[in-house]
Amino acid sequence: MKKILECSELAASYDGRKVISGLSFTINEGDYVCILGENGSGKSTLIKCLLGIKAPESGKIVMGDGLKQRDIGYLPQHTDLAKGFPATVSEVVISGCLGRRGLRPFYSSEEKKLAKRAMERLGIADLAGRSCRELSGGQQQRMLLARAMCAAKKLLLLDEPVTGLDPAAAADMYDLIDELNKKDGMTIIMVSHDVVKSLDSASRILCLCSSDHSFYGTPEEYANSHISSKFIGD
Amino acid sequence: MFDDLRIMFTPEFFGAILLPALIGGIAVTICSSLLGTTLVLKRYSMIGDGLSHIGYGALSVAAVMNMAPLKVALPVVVIAAFILLRLSESSKLSGDSAIALFSTTALAVGILVSSKAGLTNDVSHYMFGSILAMSKSDVILSVILSVIVILTYVFLYNRIFSVTFDENFAKATGVNASAYNMIFAVLTAVTVVLGMMMMGALLISSLIVIPTLTAMRVCKSFRGVVLTAGTVSVVSFLLGMFMSLLMNTAPGASIVIVNVVFFLLFSAVGTIRCRSGRS
Repeated sequence: MKKILECSELAASYDGRKVISGLSFTINEGDYVCILGENGSGKSTLIKCLLGIKAPESGKIVMGDGLKQRDIGYLPQHTDLAKGFPATVSEVVISGCLGRRGLRPFYSSEEKKLAKRAMERLGIADLAGRSCRELSGGQQQRMLLARAMCAAKKLLLLDEPVTGLDPAAAADMYDLIDELNKKDGMTIIMVSHDVVKSLDSASRILCLCSSDHSFYGTPEEYANSHISSKFIGD
Repeated sequence: MFDDLRIMFTPEFFGAILLPALIGGIAVTICSSLLGTTLVLKRYSMIGDGLSHIGYGALSVAAVMNMAPLKVALPVVVIAAFILLRLSESSKLSGDSAIALFSTTALAVGILVSSKAGLTNDVSHYMFGSILAMSKSDVILSVILSVIVILTYVFLYNRIFSVTFDENFAKATGVNASAYNMIFAVLTAVTVVLGMMMMGALLISSLIVIPTLTAMRVCKSFRGVVLTAGTVSVVSFLLGMFMSLLMNTAPGASIVIVNVVFFLLFSAVGTIRCRSGRS
């Protein structure tokens, strides 16, 4: 299996407080990794480090196969950003191509095609001209996922993708992510609070249990470990 | 009334006073509406207002010390814009209170210094603007700076969209969001100082905020909002100028009133459209 991302002995702080230390894991192409952990356990900090927004204090993040950190497709945690913002779905989706543009100012027809394909893949091609203010929560998440796919070469990083969605929309979203992983061969890293769902779909679990203790392994190993009992119950 | 108007359009008056005012005014209105889109959508509406008060303070101090007003005001406002954007990003002091703190302090300093020096009259036209009194060099400077602002905006348009819509995502795709915020701060500061000479410190923020709000009533896309805001602001400027000449009203205030009328009209259209869309 080809390595796509390797993290070794990573340490990082948030607001002066050490939240991650000595964290090491390797993600291979095609993996579906769920990151679990309580609030304040350093999940968001880890994501910022993976995306290259924040520099780790020590340790290294190495991307495999000539990928760069900006080639990660990122779906941010749910915010109200689309609320009241005048932008059409296609304007938002194509902004995912920005990372590949370098310093050239305008999008090429190839990038427009890429955005169109991403919208078709996620079943929102008919919404392309709609304003993102008019979308339902589920449609908005699809739009942002399509944007992430424009940025992604092989790796998608999803930060709590179903927060704020109703159960039906959440199930749809999970199905879509499963499909992207299995059919399209996308490597997925997903932050989640949904332990049951994570154990069900993921091929790897990364649990940030405390600042100096973490777990990385298969869902079976996780379910059998004592750490999981805190999250799953008995 | 129409005699007045006839005098206005004599070649001498038109060439010497009105034409430069119109050229400078159009240039500045386009800049302020372009930048306004991002400022409004990032909830930085009050930054324009705050900066203009800071600019007023700087201009007063410059006048009292007998220095070229623009050379003092531009750098001071640029630095203030950096600081205000920084403060808005950090959580220690929330953005709006930071702006209130800075702008009232600068305003007080400006008034204090100029009243002490007995220059209140000279300085008061920065408060209310004096578009017809813009000198030739002011107009040339406005046009040059406006062209720079517009070109920068066009070339960075896609990045500006991304940073405005979702700064974290923009950062993740390798866009240096803080650099763009800096560039933006400089462009805003330049526009505010130019607009101040024309519209006055009290009214410049309306040029930044109202056209965008107007366009947002009816437009679905970001591009639509930017283009509509630009058009509405130029049309409002021309109508406002015409109104002020015709009825002998203050130009700055007339322009703002026309802008507000457009806002109300567009709101009505937006509401009607929304209702008919639902039924």
